[in-house]
Amino acid sequence: MIQDLVIYAVYIGYALGVLLTFGTVLTWVERKQAAVMSDRIGANRAYIRIPFTQIKFVWWGLFHGIADGLKMLLKEDWRPKSYDWYAYAVAPWVVFTPVLLVFAVIPFGGTLDPGQLLQSLPAASAWFEGRTYPMQIARLDAGLLIVFAFGGMSIIGAMLAGWSSSNKFSMLGASRAGSQMISYELVMGLTVLGLILIYGTLDLSAIVQQQSGILLGFLPAWGVFYQPFAAVLFMAAAIAENKRIPFDLPEAESELIAGFYTEYSAMKMGLFMFAEFIEIAIVSALFTTLFLGGYNLPFMSDAGFAFPGNHVVPMSHGAVVVTQLVVFLGKVLLMSSFQILIRWSLPRFRYDQVLSFAWKFMLPLAIANLTVTAVAVWALMS
Amino acid sequence: MSRKPYERKVYWNEPTMSLWERLYLFEIIRGLLITSGVFLRNMGKWMTGRKGALTTYYPEERRADYAAGNRGKHILTQRPDGSPQCIACNMCATVCPAQVIEIDAAFDPNDPAHPKYPSRFEIDYSRCIFCGLCIEACPEDAIRMVKETPGLPTTGDRDHMWLNLTELITWHPASDVAKPYPPRDAAATANTPRVAAAASPAPRGSSSKPGHAQ
Repeated sequence: MIQDLVIYAVYIGYALGVLLTFGTVLTWVERKQAAVMSDRIGANRAYIRIPFTQIKFVWWGLFHGIADGLKMLLKEDWRPKSYDWYAYAVAPWVVFTPVLLVFAVIPFGGTLDPGQLLQSLPAASAWFEGRTYPMQIARLDAGLLIVFAFGGMSIIGAMLAGWSSSNKFSMLGASRAGSQMISYELVMGLTVLGLILIYGTLDLSAIVQQQSGILLGFLPAWGVFYQPFAAVLFMAAAIAENKRIPFDLPEAESELIAGFYTEYSAMKMGLFMFAEFIEIAIVSALFTTLFLGGYNLPFMSDAGFAFPGNHVVPMSHGAVVVTQLVVFLGKVLLMSSFQILIRWSLPRFRYDQVLSFAWKFMLPLAIANLTVTAVAVWALMS
Repeated sequence: MSRKPYERKVYWNEPTMSLWERLYLFEIIRGLLITSGVFLRNMGKWMTGRKGALTTYYPEERRADYAAGNRGKHILTQRPDGSPQCIACNMCATVCPAQVIEIDAAFDPNDPAHPKYPSRFEIDYSRCIFCGLCIEACPEDAIRMVKETPGLPTTGDRDHMWLNLTELITWHPASDVAKPYPPRDAAATANTPRVAAAASPAPRGSSSKPGHAQ
């Protein structure tokens, strides 16, 4: 029992560390990638100086995130005389917390056998009594439902923020956020339904395990090859759900100042921004889990690599665990970078276009995709 | 009673998109390929040690191709004997919207034609907005702007972004055809007491503020 507590405390620490790191690093990635894409240099002036020397570490502007965070912490926390200070104070946390909680059900690695990992320490190794743990904070049968439940909660935060600040811009932004996020949540759920039909489970780690095989001898059996159409729709709906360009209507700065968080200042506003950047990582992690095989590499299993033609490269358990963690983080970083590429390439929709795009274009396509998948699965099963 | 229905004039072109374009997806992929192509090209340049951006790091780097009409830096013109043409009337300092020009006037009994001259003339480049109003205000054509940029120090703080009389008067006047320098009759009028005073600030107290750039 106490062994489980230790392992899950380590998992939770790892997940929090990864998410907060992604939140800060992605601000830098966003700036630098945008700069390189548009022939600029990007933020490169903040530095850390070793005290009493002139040795400065600039590191390609990596410390601008720290400078921003410090600035937000030190700024005046100005509040409007809103009629509902409680909702105003609680809204950033209602946005921020579910974003973190979603990661609880996402598997970030295969199976961990701490006894085998700690072989050099026989006492610690024996203490675990040969138990194994899936690398996932909460292995729930309804994992995918949990994802959508928590995803839906951040809508409440955005609406609370908008309505409680008693500002017309916030109000408009909140109503836009509400209608947009509810519309795209539907599309997102419908695209994933096809995947659920194929895998026959809602358990995310079972979904990932089913993606470890090989299709037709050369393709990895990833969801994106079973459901390419759903992958595109899911990505579009997830970006809309995250309220980023081209769907950033709720905070369209040329129309609504900052949308539903216009009246927020200092670190409360910082929390909204931070939640947005963490949600980029979360959306990438979800996409990786559902469509890119999670921590799987082609031809890799828990024992090592097994290439066709009987080339087997056995790996130790520690090497396998590290490889799986790194592969998962690498895929998440690639997908985050892809989202940032989209954000700096496409123009913003008009508001009516956003909603008609959701209801007249993406929803029928998602339903068509689901129907075709259902018929195909039925035909293959029977 | 048969009136033609009013036809509203169409002032815009309806977007004509083919089916391919109306599918969005392929055009979006095309756009993403363009931007990611630029990204990879610039990233490749950075990673091979070249510069993948069009930006010039300003204080550290200078562009060589400033346009001829660029207004980058002030100069003070000179009389044939090399003394500044400025008569310290303070009109430029008055008209300056950023209030960056500071002039101290002094009296020279040896030059009855121009008894008033600037003992201190400093411009704060951390606040100058390069509008050129000082040039228009000057009654003596004593201050002008040239296309070069002021040679500001790359380290230090905003207190070190001042140019003083010495720096303003030692420009590169060879490119100024209106006022050749050294003046053609320089040998005849070799007596230059004021420039000597400007170059060595001590005797006439050119700079009273500590911390100004020298």
